Amino acid sequence: MLRFLLVRVSLIIPTFIGITLLAFILVHSVPGDPIQVLAGEHGISAERHAELLKSYGLDQPLPVQYWRYVEHVLDGDLGRSLITHAPVIEEFGQLFPATIELSIAAILFAVVFGLPAGIVAAVRRNTILDHGVMGAALTGYSMPIFWWGLLLIILFSNTLGWTPVSGRIDVAFDVEPVTGFLLIDSLLSDDPGAFQSALSHLILPAVVLGTIPLAVIARMTRSSMLEVLGEDYIRTARAKGLAPLRVVGIHALRNALIPVITVIGLQIGYLFAGAILTETIFSWPGVGKWLIDSINRRDYPVLQGGVLLIGTVVMVVNLIVDMLYGLINPRIRHKRA
Amino acid sequence: MALLEIEDLTVSFATGRGTLHAVDGVSFSVDSGEVMGIVGESGSGKSVSMLAVMGLLPPPAIVTAQRLRFDGRDLQTMRARERRRIIGKDVAMIFQEPMTSLNPSFTVGYQIIEAIESSSVTSRRQRRHRAIELLERVGIPAPEIRIDAYPHQLSGGMNQRVMIAMALAGNPRLLLADEPTTALDVTVQAQILDLLLTLQRERNMALILITHDMGVIAETVQRVLVMYAGQVVETQAADALFAMPRHPYTGVLLDALPERSIGAARLPVIPGVVPGLSDRPSGCLFHPRCRFADRRCADLMPELSFVETARVRCHYPLGTEKGR
Amino acid sequence: MSQSEAETVDAGAVAATDRPLLEFWRYFSANRGAVIGLGGIILVVLLAIFADIVSPHSPTISDAQSFLKPPAWEEGGSWVYPLGTDAIGRDMLSRLIHGTRFSLLIGCIVVAISGTIGVALGLCAGFFQGAPGILIMRLMDIVLTIPPLLLAIVLVAILGPGLINAMIAVSITYLPYFVRVTRAAALAELTKDYVTASRVNGAGTLRLMVMTVLPNCMAPIIVQATLSFSTAILDAAALGFLSLGAQPPTPEWGTMLADSRDFVLRAWWVVTLPGLAILGTVLAFNILGDGLRDALDPRLKR
Repeated sequence: MLRFLLVRVSLIIPTFIGITLLAFILVHSVPGDPIQVLAGEHGISAERHAELLKSYGLDQPLPVQYWRYVEHVLDGDLGRSLITHAPVIEEFGQLFPATIELSIAAILFAVVFGLPAGIVAAVRRNTILDHGVMGAALTGYSMPIFWWGLLLIILFSNTLGWTPVSGRIDVAFDVEPVTGFLLIDSLLSDDPGAFQSALSHLILPAVVLGTIPLAVIARMTRSSMLEVLGEDYIRTARAKGLAPLRVVGIHALRNALIPVITVIGLQIGYLFAGAILTETIFSWPGVGKWLIDSINRRDYPVLQGGVLLIGTVVMVVNLIVDMLYGLINPRIRHKRA
Repeated sequence: MALLEIEDLTVSFATGRGTLHAVDGVSFSVDSGEVMGIVGESGSGKSVSMLAVMGLLPPPAIVTAQRLRFDGRDLQTMRARERRRIIGKDVAMIFQEPMTSLNPSFTVGYQIIEAIESSSVTSRRQRRHRAIELLERVGIPAPEIRIDAYPHQLSGGMNQRVMIAMALAGNPRLLLADEPTTALDVTVQAQILDLLLTLQRERNMALILITHDMGVIAETVQRVLVMYAGQVVETQAADALFAMPRHPYTGVLLDALPERSIGAARLPVIPGVVPGLSDRPSGCLFHPRCRFADRRCADLMPELSFVETARVRCHYPLGTEKGR
Repeated sequence: MSQSEAETVDAGAVAATDRPLLEFWRYFSANRGAVIGLGGIILVVLLAIFADIVSPHSPTISDAQSFLKPPAWEEGGSWVYPLGTDAIGRDMLSRLIHGTRFSLLIGCIVVAISGTIGVALGLCAGFFQGAPGILIMRLMDIVLTIPPLLLAIVLVAILGPGLINAMIAVSITYLPYFVRVTRAAALAELTKDYVTASRVNGAGTLRLMVMTVLPNCMAPIIVQATLSFSTAILDAAALGFLSLGAQPPTPEWGTMLADSRDFVLRAWWVVTLPGLAILGTVLAFNILGDGLRDALDPRLKR
């Protein structure tokens, strides 16, 4: 078990190096002169150009630039936004909680509805219920997420008026940002309506973002359960006269969940991609929207920093999921040395 | 009154190409403390019939029987909850593949205690104690340590012993053993069989031993049921059967035992294959592979008839005037 | 069918397995959904081929008289423009029909690029499990760490917006999936006896890879290809929506949704219909992929 952990952790280092390399290369591949971009419309004199080139270290050969870059990164310095001039890492820190809140809500939604759906579909195999659940799941991940969001906005915000259209909370409320998680902060604030507002703003984006993970989890759970239910040890459990609920809920589920956990973990990576679109549609002030804006505004330090940071987060989450998997899979946990 | 009474048990599956009778009109009964063997090749329906008795066949299977009683109680009309009070307790079953028949995510102790839990009301410590006792009884060394082991940490033979311990937890009056030794090493096979028979004697448990290996049957059972392609083709006392098999199929099964061919240049082989769904013969199901078959065999399905103490499904039973 | 699979088939089914295509079709057609999916795809392909004939109008020419006309069954609509018009007076139906061409094109090119390169890399990773294999897998892991859409967006930011660049970007993000699937399948096959037999017979590595092992890995690769096809359509549409993919006036369904946010209140058809087209097409491919997976899964063979 320990060995398993150590191997996994040690793999992080080359991956991290790879990500920094990727981020570095990507941004330096953008056509155009960054100094010109900085200068914008005003134009720039040749001397000033050379000066800035030197001060940014852009006149050095690429490998040196890369090394400098890595040094900065390890120091926590990811540069400054060309637009706001705020440090990239600071902006990320401010906006990330919004994305996390949205992602957690989305994954909760996906698991709470997806797991039972998959279990029921497996146990009631080939019935209308099974086909219905699987059909819905299939439709769920065949939809373009941005369209789904728009559709739900039309339905719930415009037609029914149940939910707001955009943002995290009604502008009327002024909530002290203690944790950065609006749900928690609004509970902490004295304003009773704040929490409700935050919640109602969160629901629709969470549902939209969580739809594809829900579909994937439901399908995965079903196929995993079906496979487990066909195993010999389930027959043994039944032969012991155990109640069906126990056979399915304890014996089958315990084993069926193992691959599902991995799938849930992998969805985290997806959530960032999906968050980009969801945040754009709902004007949710998170990292995804920040990145899209940075592309449109040619804010390259932000893009570079954002890619690096998100890549790092996904990497860490994957590691945690891997370790979790090692913990719950009895064959790995109890491997004789 | 017999402990287990089965009359005209039929298990059918509706497949894309027609109805398959995996078990066709099987009847027999088992008394308390009796040891019976069911012999047949793969596809004979021997396992499926026992699974049907236990109620372990999945929905596509359709189980019908004229009579299906355990201890006088009708298993067919019983409600599921009632049935669960018998299965695993009074009637227990162990299976062929011990390595996959135990849940890999739980310790063997947990799984045995589960079986104990369902049958009696005792404290946790007592249940654990009983589990350790059972492990010891089935011959597992250092049971107080092994109880917390996971199945993949134990060998095949040990896992099978765990299965037996689990089966014994409810003090069964009838134990069904479906090919308990087939997946094990040869040396371990003898040990497990020995264990089963010892336990049977100690507890006066009825034991049904299902196997494809005539050799396993030889020294162990009192009565034998021979099955072919879902039907019972012969049933007799073991000694009599080995001395004088009545059905040609039983005859060739015995001939195929290496012990009986000492001195011969080649081992006898049964030509042909067990009929599947698409190639069910007319008349007697064995006739395409039978040396003695004639027109009558191909036209008419023989009924089970008496020949001295045996019951045979053959137009020309061996060792009779009609036979050869 | 590999030799090992053929051996395990029982006597009664020999006739069917003499012709593996027939047997495959039997399993496949038993899955009603898969047949429906195939039907849907055929419909889309036909629409793409005959788009010019079937469309009532041109997809790019706008009619200044008819901005934002609703579909025919609504008030204010007419059968001239059966599904209404968009913000600059172009016929929705014609644009949707022509959109099939782009979606199919996207799917084909993306799968072709990432499929060929991915399978090649996967085979190499499987065969050369030492340094090259590890290097390839590490590389793929790194690519996978960046969420696919984000990577595609960044790539497009570098290459510049446009349909072709979008397709290239998406292809790159799909590489790891093909590499993984191929490598896993190749590794499984490499342990089998027929490979050892070929090697002993003197087959060179390249021949071994392409002629011996690859054909037996095709099943999961085909399933992956089908799923990647549908995901490619979704991702390209997402890029189009973000104005990073196909550029107007190209009638690509995602691009058609790019400015649709403004019409959420006034003109629901501008928002709903292109999305439905995407949903329908992707759904057809996903159902097909599922059906293929069921039909090709050797474990399900009875």
